[in-house]
Amino acid sequence: MISQLTVFIENRKGHLAQACRVIADEDINMRALFLADTTDFGIARIFCDCPEKAAEALRGAGFRAKVIDVLGVRVPDRKGGLAELLEFLDRENVDVEYGYCFSINENFAIDVLKVNDASIELRLVEAGYALVQSEEVYALDDC
Amino acid sequence: MYYQPEIETMSEENLRDLQSERLKELVAYVYERIPFYHQAFDEAGISPEDIKSIDDIARLPFTVKQDLRDGYPFKMFAVENDEVVRIHSSSGTTGNATVVGYTEQDLVNWGDCVARALVAAGASTKSTVQVAYGYGLFTGGLGAHRGGEAIGCTVIPISSGNTRRQIQLLDDFNTDILCCTPSYALHIAESALEEGYKPADDLQVSAAVLGAEPCSEGMRNEIEEKLGLKVHDIYGLSEVMGPGVAWECDKQQGLHVCDDHFLVEIIDPDTLEPVEDGQWGEAVFTTLTKQASPLIRYRTRDITRIIKGRCACGRALTRIDRIAGRTDDMLIIRGVNVFPSQIEEVITQFEEITAQYEIILKSKGSLDHVELHVETVPDFPFDEVRKLEALKKDIARELKSNLQVAVEVKIVEPKTIGRSEGKAKRIIDMREGRQ
Ligand SMILES: [Zn+2]
Repeated sequence: MISQLTVFIENRKGHLAQACRVIADEDINMRALFLADTTDFGIARIFCDCPEKAAEALRGAGFRAKVIDVLGVRVPDRKGGLAELLEFLDRENVDVEYGYCFSINENFAIDVLKVNDASIELRLVEAGYALVQSEEVYALDDC
Repeated sequence: MYYQPEIETMSEENLRDLQSERLKELVAYVYERIPFYHQAFDEAGISPEDIKSIDDIARLPFTVKQDLRDGYPFKMFAVENDEVVRIHSSSGTTGNATVVGYTEQDLVNWGDCVARALVAAGASTKSTVQVAYGYGLFTGGLGAHRGGEAIGCTVIPISSGNTRRQIQLLDDFNTDILCCTPSYALHIAESALEEGYKPADDLQVSAAVLGAEPCSEGMRNEIEEKLGLKVHDIYGLSEVMGPGVAWECDKQQGLHVCDDHFLVEIIDPDTLEPVEDGQWGEAVFTTLTKQASPLIRYRTRDITRIIKGRCACGRALTRIDRIAGRTDDMLIIRGVNVFPSQIEEVITQFEEITAQYEIILKSKGSLDHVELHVETVPDFPFDEVRKLEALKKDIARELKSNLQVAVEVKIVEPKTIGRSEGKAKRIIDMREGRQ
């Protein structure tokens, strides 16, 4: 599992910028940011160095922020790769709350999935999937 | 436990006799000493001799806040400056401030009233009382302070604010009783939790005597649970004295009025006629013993009712219900009367959100639009949009069925809702013609 920083953001001018500024002021590097939004609020899902420290800083600044474990899987580089992965999870009775895809350094793509069962990691490895390690996404040194 | 058993357990009949005696003295006193009352009695065709008992109270004219403002600063005082030992005053955001004077005897009586409340909450000479009300012209701080000292408690005059320090002293000084506003007590509880305390286990504090703003049942439960203590409501307003006019005993079944010092009536705010016992209306107080700033039938604008029957604690003192709102806080939304306390009752039923909230009223065309801003508790799974949307829907449905008014619920960041260290401003009325 990798650590995703989740921040609740009101859909109001400048709020996302404020949250990013808090993280930047802690000298923390942001690696990726995804926004799920509705008409009056958004959820920022962030990969950054030292996620716990970033969450702490955000909470101190009056945000709702926390670190959540998500599954990171290297997308199989062929047609239907993602479909196979989701079908596998389905067969294993694992619910996916949400998911998104991104790439680091444009070298490979990562599927991020919020699942309800952490033990699926072992079964994925056994089935031949390559899991993403946290150090491939963000740094935990000097936190 | 009683602080003054001779008064607190006096029979109802003896209490009424005492009140009648004191009322007769009062009307003669104010007629002679305060030109405002002299004139008001004359205009009403009443002379002090007409008042024979408390049954004649309704013949006397009312006093309203504007009368006190018009008397700024000392026209409503019944004694000369050399007898006044303290002055309190409420803010003058709309017009002149109201000024209230106290003689030494007034302060002794005030201390007694507050001491009764503290003893009813478990205080003794061994107790440590932390006063986190603001000190100053506001009556909360010094009022609670005097009550604690009257008993012989150890009083910590920390005043409001500096929440970290409040928590540290609650811990280091082994505070038994906390006195402040309910919203500040909740703020202290939440801050302690955020700092990693388990306040219910870590802190010795066993009672909180909370006043100066309304506290719903839900908010009370939240404070009791988070701090691991019993909440006692205390009521009072600076014009009448300050905190201690009425307070809850350990039965928590309404607030006992200090009948020997204050005569309470409940009236219909429109007709000004007394309502039957048990009916909601505006609380009106006549001060029976005050020397410096006595008041005849002062209209508080606070909505409450008399609770009928005898309290199990053994006191015959009249009980009033928790303040349900202010006559001027009552919101008329799309023609429906809504008290902020009703909204609070609904909010506190939801464990997923904190007790901090804001109500924003706007005009949309000719219709009123109500927005409720709430924040989730820190451990709510807010990374899942579905759960947030479901929560919004549930709250809106509950509000609709309780208030008969449609409310748009918005979940906001904690920093959006102002944290209060005094009285909370919960309602922002931006409707046309209300700013
Ligand atoms: Zn009682």
